[in-house]
Amino acid sequence: MSETATRLSAFAGLTLPAVRNRLSVTVAPDAIRYSLRGSPAAAAALGAVFGPVPSTTACRATSAGDRAALWLGPDEWYLLAPDGDAAALAASLSAAIDEPHALVDISHRNVGLILKGPRAADVLNGACPLDLSETAFPVGMSTRTLYAKAEIILWRTGLDTFRVEFWRSFAGYIVGLIAENAREHAV
Amino acid sequence: MLLVTCPYCGPRPEIEFRQAGEAHIARPAITCSDDEWADFLYMRDNHKGYMRERWRHVAGCGRFFNVVRHTVTDKFVASYKVGEEKPAIPAEAAAGPRVEIVR
Ligand SMILES: [Zn+2]
Repeated sequence: MSETATRLSAFAGLTLPAVRNRLSVTVAPDAIRYSLRGSPAAAAALGAVFGPVPSTTACRATSAGDRAALWLGPDEWYLLAPDGDAAALAASLSAAIDEPHALVDISHRNVGLILKGPRAADVLNGACPLDLSETAFPVGMSTRTLYAKAEIILWRTGLDTFRVEFWRSFAGYIVGLIAENAREHAV
Repeated sequence: MLLVTCPYCGPRPEIEFRQAGEAHIARPAITCSDDEWADFLYMRDNHKGYMRERWRHVAGCGRFFNVVRHTVTDKFVASYKVGEEKPAIPAEAAAGPRVEIVR
């Protein structure tokens, strides 16, 4: 009997909403995700190996190629890399840091959605209390915040594109709310 | 919407925060008396007016910080990081409309 674990999508059975010409919602590809806790010096040492050097400016993401580091707090970053051997990458990153830090693999805890289109900000604002205007939340800004009652990480990757990361068990709640908030833009 | 200024993230919606009680309550030494320990655990000023409070940006950067807030009008006048110098408490007149609680 096979003992292989099968990775199940958190979005199985859910219908992702879409509004023609205004909003598309897609599932972000499987990825390596780490929570990094440590000093800015530890983050800089990691950045030298990882690619993007984690920002010390509040609420800013840095990216290089298909890797990204999102500022979540003064000693906390959220790292994203393409799917692969998360343990091996973590070992090589940790080896570059010679001071106390925590680098935790949360690849399978979180999932991501990509909202794209001229109404993406409006649909997010249906349940997120932040000012998502271009001046208050420019491209490259990232933060932990709320989508209704669910904690999310919000990253503006383009003028009309947002990446939303959250715990996989919130998938049904968040997709349902996005669909509800998208309805008024479908007219 | 009430905005609370996080000293790390800037002005953010109140719903992202949690109040965490009176600030600047130092933990007494392990050799303290039971009364001192009870004071530390349970006794708070809880007065009407400006107070220094701990808040946490729980759905943001996650950090604890301190504010000066009026406990009647809910007016926030200062936010500062843990360890930073305490800002002055404003004169009561600056608290905004006075709310009288009638019993
Ligand atoms: Zn904050």
